[in-house]
Amino acid sequence: MTPQNLSSLLYTIPLLPLAGAAINGFFGRRASKKAISTIALVFCGAAFAMALFIAANFSSASAPYSYELAHWLRSGAFSVDFSFYLDQLSLVMLLVVTGVGFLIHIYSVGYMWDDDGYYRFMAYLNLFMFFMLTLVLAANYLVMFIGWEGVGLASYLLIGFWFTKDSAAAAGKKAFIVNRIGDFGFLIALFLMIQHFGSLDFARVFAAVQPMPWEAHAGLLTAIGLLLMVGAAGKSAQIPLYVWLPDAMEGPTPVSALIHAATMVTAGVYMVARSSGIFDRAPIAMLVVAIIGTLTALFAATIGIAQTDIKKVLAYSTVSQLGYMFMACGVGAFSAGIFHLMTHAFFKGLLFLAAGSVIHGVGGEQDMRKMGGLRLYMPWTFLTMSVATFAIAGFPPLAGFFSKDEILWKAYSSPSGSWVFWLIGVITAFITSFYMFRLWFMTFFGDYRGAEAHETHDAKLIATPVSHGHEGGHGLPHESPWVMLGPLFVLALLSVVGGWIGIGGRFEHFLAPVFDNVGLMQPPAEAAESSKGTEILLMLISVAAAVLGFLLAWGLYFKRPRLPAKIADGLGGLYRLVAGKYYVDEIYSALFIEPVIEGSTTILWHGVDQGVIDAAVNESAHAAREVSDATRHMQSGNLRSYAGWVAAGGAVVIAYMVWMGIR
Amino acid sequence: MVPLSYYLVLSGILFACGVLGFLIKRNIITIFMSIELMLNGVNLSFVAFAAQWHALSGQVFVFFVMVVAAAEATVGLAIIIAVYRTRETLNVDRVNLLKL
Repeated sequence: MTPQNLSSLLYTIPLLPLAGAAINGFFGRRASKKAISTIALVFCGAAFAMALFIAANFSSASAPYSYELAHWLRSGAFSVDFSFYLDQLSLVMLLVVTGVGFLIHIYSVGYMWDDDGYYRFMAYLNLFMFFMLTLVLAANYLVMFIGWEGVGLASYLLIGFWFTKDSAAAAGKKAFIVNRIGDFGFLIALFLMIQHFGSLDFARVFAAVQPMPWEAHAGLLTAIGLLLMVGAAGKSAQIPLYVWLPDAMEGPTPVSALIHAATMVTAGVYMVARSSGIFDRAPIAMLVVAIIGTLTALFAATIGIAQTDIKKVLAYSTVSQLGYMFMACGVGAFSAGIFHLMTHAFFKGLLFLAAGSVIHGVGGEQDMRKMGGLRLYMPWTFLTMSVATFAIAGFPPLAGFFSKDEILWKAYSSPSGSWVFWLIGVITAFITSFYMFRLWFMTFFGDYRGAEAHETHDAKLIATPVSHGHEGGHGLPHESPWVMLGPLFVLALLSVVGGWIGIGGRFEHFLAPVFDNVGLMQPPAEAAESSKGTEILLMLISVAAAVLGFLLAWGLYFKRPRLPAKIADGLGGLYRLVAGKYYVDEIYSALFIEPVIEGSTTILWHGVDQGVIDAAVNESAHAAREVSDATRHMQSGNLRSYAGWVAAGGAVVIAYMVWMGIR
Repeated sequence: MVPLSYYLVLSGILFACGVLGFLIKRNIITIFMSIELMLNGVNLSFVAFAAQWHALSGQVFVFFVMVVAAAEATVGLAIIIAVYRTRETLNVDRVNLLKL
């Protein structure tokens, strides 16, 4: 297969899911559920097959591949085309997105089967795949931006999928609006690039950046880098724009798995990695990325400790893991960040799907306090969830261990890294391990605590949109159907072996051509040799942190389940602060949202809209009426009064002429 | 020779009388006569100017006006008779509808 042939196949990958979305979106309402599932799965599966085919024929020697589908904007020397681009980085993203996406499509068939909006859901999922693949395969920032906005749209539609629920509609809006703030930064960065580089093509932008010097002080590249980071913080839920992601859990669970854990939220990491050439020359921007990532990792992990909603724990865990990825990018270890992105897609996708299976099994309940002992009822879910939990906690030899360890090592050893990043990273790893095992113990061990909840289950069944086919009460928890378990097994397998490709730096080596411009920060080869001992020591410490987290969770939530409540009481205000998510939402509400609403109401609504625009219209109408009121008496219908007016008018004209004559 | 202004003033007075009568009077015959008065006021100014500037066109124009006025009188009186036959009144305030 020649490189040209391979390139010309690229655009078909995003278009396949788009076709599926169009067919299901337009005709799905009247189609049978079988037909809808077939179309959604076939088109998504075809994209996956195409990605595999391309991966099989991919050769690093002839990368990057690029293909121009059509002209788009042409204005003088500036031009943007619909063109696609494939290098090692996009290939990894392509496989993750199509692979995990396809599995989640299969899972959704089981999870959403009884929902009235089934066809809509499948169409949205396919639409999401189209935009995500456009984002990943774009050859310039503007096409990437289409995908970027498109996944935001798909995310909005899917978070608010159960739009009759107020909270879901509000969460969708919140996600969209917070993302707009990030997009603003991204757009300004694009404008800066157009102004200074005259192009948005990756190749041309990086070629223009290449000869530019390393910016010790803030300059153009620093500005672009920081603005790109604003965009990435919005999409990838980093401080200070992370607030939308936990609320996004209002969406159906497959959506949380696909969009808000495995793929879309990693778009920011991908974008930063893609722009490595820019960040590499802007150390201040790099430092900001690393600091934001590190702080987010720690901050979100601490919130995760006190959540009781199973999906909320996973949501904060996602934010925290994304923080790790940004930490990696910030210290110049882009390939480590992408590596973690990939393994995270496996185990976090699995965690969400397994959590969905749990929620499905207990009849829509999401509160972990009403679960417990589920390992007896749903053994397969338990097994897969355990794999994912151990993977995210960083137990060797599971996937999370390799990628997280790589990041921590780079955070310590990279020239722009520091032991501070490493320390916070290890603390976060400990907290991660603790809250994940807390979730694990609370959900699967102990006694089932949902019994009394089930007596009132009928009412809940109506209240919750995840309706089941069960007649009458829900009864005891039950295992999910095979169509849901299948994807769990595949992801569990990937969560185990996914990290092995990173052994011996193979993954890093594979991605190296993409990041080869990141040459300024590589440590000398001898230094890397001599630090082998340190690396093993640090690895042992991070494994110890994971084990410690496990033991603590075991002690608190398995041995003495009554102890946590006492500790929480003892901590008092501190516990309430964490359980209340540090009241960030309330602070944002008081600082930004309330003033904006207040200002909009008093100034824009009552002041400008009612006071100026409406008033101008009303007043002109009112004035016309006043004048008419005054003059309508002239039109009396009395012929002689008309004659009088004519005479008077004539008199006035004559008087005027006479006066003019005299003058 | 009587100055032009005298004629014009007289002409103006005649015209004003016609206007006033047209506006004030209710009897349709009187209104009709007021219109004739206005026409003749104008006629006077025409002939006065014609005599002043020795231009015949003004005098010719007066004949036109007279012819039109005569035609108008014919038609007008016919209408007045028709109105009187249907309404049995000559008060214009009672003839303010264009239908019967």
